[in-house]
Amino acid sequence: MTLSPDFTPWASLLGGALIGLSAGLFILLNGRIAGISGLLGSLLAKHAEGRAEKALFLLGLLASPWLWSLFATLPGASIQAGGAALVLAGLLVGLGTRYGAGCTSGHGICGLSRLSLRSLVAVACFMGSGFATVYIIRHLMGA
Amino acid sequence: MRKLTALIAGLLFGLGLYLSGMTNPAKVLGFLDLAGEWDPSLALVMLGALAVSSVFFYVARQRRTALLGAPIKMPTRRTLDRRLVLGSVVFGVGWGIAGLCPGPAVALLLTGQWQVGVFVLAMALGMWLFERIEARRLAKA
Repeated sequence: MTLSPDFTPWASLLGGALIGLSAGLFILLNGRIAGISGLLGSLLAKHAEGRAEKALFLLGLLASPWLWSLFATLPGASIQAGGAALVLAGLLVGLGTRYGAGCTSGHGICGLSRLSLRSLVAVACFMGSGFATVYIIRHLMGA
Repeated sequence: MRKLTALIAGLLFGLGLYLSGMTNPAKVLGFLDLAGEWDPSLALVMLGALAVSSVFFYVARQRRTALLGAPIKMPTRRTLDRRLVLGSVVFGVGWGIAGLCPGPAVALLLTGQWQVGVFVLAMALGMWLFERIEARRLAKA
């Protein structure tokens, strides 16, 4: 295994701390889990409580690049996947996170923070299949 | 007040994603590519996030109501079932294909790349399908 020159230990640690602060404030002040797939899903569901708060959290997330760009230029986002791959990826992420009841934020941050065994299993599953998928695409299919 | 704190928490979440580099799908895939030149950044994002949020969750778990008065909605399910495992595995496959998960996808949505729009539409369709399938299953039961 070789280490990538793109590794950004300090920015990632600090950015992570901000994400943790956000999730911490949302549970302690609002009593809610900052899980993005759960928030999105309940806005799409027929019946859900607390829609306004959930929508406002997502609105803040949507508006964050605008706030960032007041102080610095936005970092680049490089997406290699083509149209068909993006449709497939989006469908799998939408279905999978709702069946699995969470994603990288809900299980990975909030769930592990409260020492949930379900979340630990979920994180092991999506990281495992993520590692396997990238291995297959990059090293077996050579894309 | 709760609406304001929700908005601020969402903004902080997004700023954290941008600062950490996680809004760049190429960087996320660099973490998932163990056999290539590995970029451990995502692990440090998790470490930084857990170090801070676990303190808040520790306090929240001792309480019934949040500081602004609403009940604390801690998840209650404990069972390790097939839905949890299969759903998470399917999510990881989608994550590995594009390098996008729900948080960064929402944070990137208004920055003008068509790819993100396509991904988010398909993700919303997947979530909507889940609601439909679940409603049908519950109606049968």
